[in-house]
Amino acid sequence: MTAHDHDHDHDDAHDHDHDHPHGPHPTREDDDLELTYSEARYLAMRGMLIKQGILTGDEIMRRLAVNDLASPHQGARMVARAWVDPAFKARMMADAKSAARELDIAVTEAKLTVIENTPQTHNLVVCTLCSCYPRSLLGEPPAWYVSKAYRSRAVREPRKVLGEFGLAFPGDVEVRVHDSNADLRYMIMPLRPEGTEGLSEEALAALIPRDALVGAALVDRPA
Amino acid sequence: MWPDAPRHALGAQVRILDLGKPGHVRTPLYVRGKVGVIDQVCGDFENPEERAYGRVGGARIPLYRVRFAQADLWPDYEGRPQDQLVIEIYHHWLQPA
Repeated sequence: MTAHDHDHDHDDAHDHDHDHPHGPHPTREDDDLELTYSEARYLAMRGMLIKQGILTGDEIMRRLAVNDLASPHQGARMVARAWVDPAFKARMMADAKSAARELDIAVTEAKLTVIENTPQTHNLVVCTLCSCYPRSLLGEPPAWYVSKAYRSRAVREPRKVLGEFGLAFPGDVEVRVHDSNADLRYMIMPLRPEGTEGLSEEALAALIPRDALVGAALVDRPA
Repeated sequence: MWPDAPRHALGAQVRILDLGKPGHVRTPLYVRGKVGVIDQVCGDFENPEERAYGRVGGARIPLYRVRFAQADLWPDYEGRPQDQLVIEIYHHWLQPA
């Protein structure tokens, strides 16, 4: 099988190796390099699931293909659509999962919630317990998001953490932290920058950095 | 027991219990014993404290988002007094406050 075997879907604490030497190519039994513990475990688990008839190879391939489509661009598309289409925004705020489906984004999470930044409130997402993240909309989380430093500090000193991302908020702005500790997954809808009135939806989506979709960046106006 | 047991209403004051339960619980230590407000009633979900051990298909239990003033969570909080934190808590970790 030739799928990208690294793109497993997991929301809970995990210990697979991000620093192994293999790079992005798929893990396979006849790899030239020695398999890490996690890679060997993954291959063994996959083999057992197929052998016992719990999953087929096709099912695994199809799911990996869905995972491959997940990237921050999907979340950015949703936000850009919401910026230009108030009716879509209302549907997205009510039920982000079905709004994603309107844009042909396959959502594997049970429930997705979009939280809107306003001039009065800046929102930041963290999963203190593990690495919960809206993977269908944003792909795999960045290393900083899963780091113990971020997970412990974002709830305790969010303004300091945001400052390290280059974000400072006036004293009258509320900073609101969302601990993604259980069944919901959160994406932040950032503020639309001024000076973007004439831009197309595609051009707007291209302005939105990944980190803005969890509250760790703002969307800058185009240069 | 759900959905017949009384649920917490939006805006109700609740205290997070410290159940001392080991294993795969989703209530971090930093909110236990603290008082917050029901910010959102999220619907019913299977209990992850059961699912984590392969006991799937059990009763669905209410999940809430509870909001706290950061200053109530951290006595030495250095941000602004209006700063808030919202976290998901399952029904059995809550009592009216």
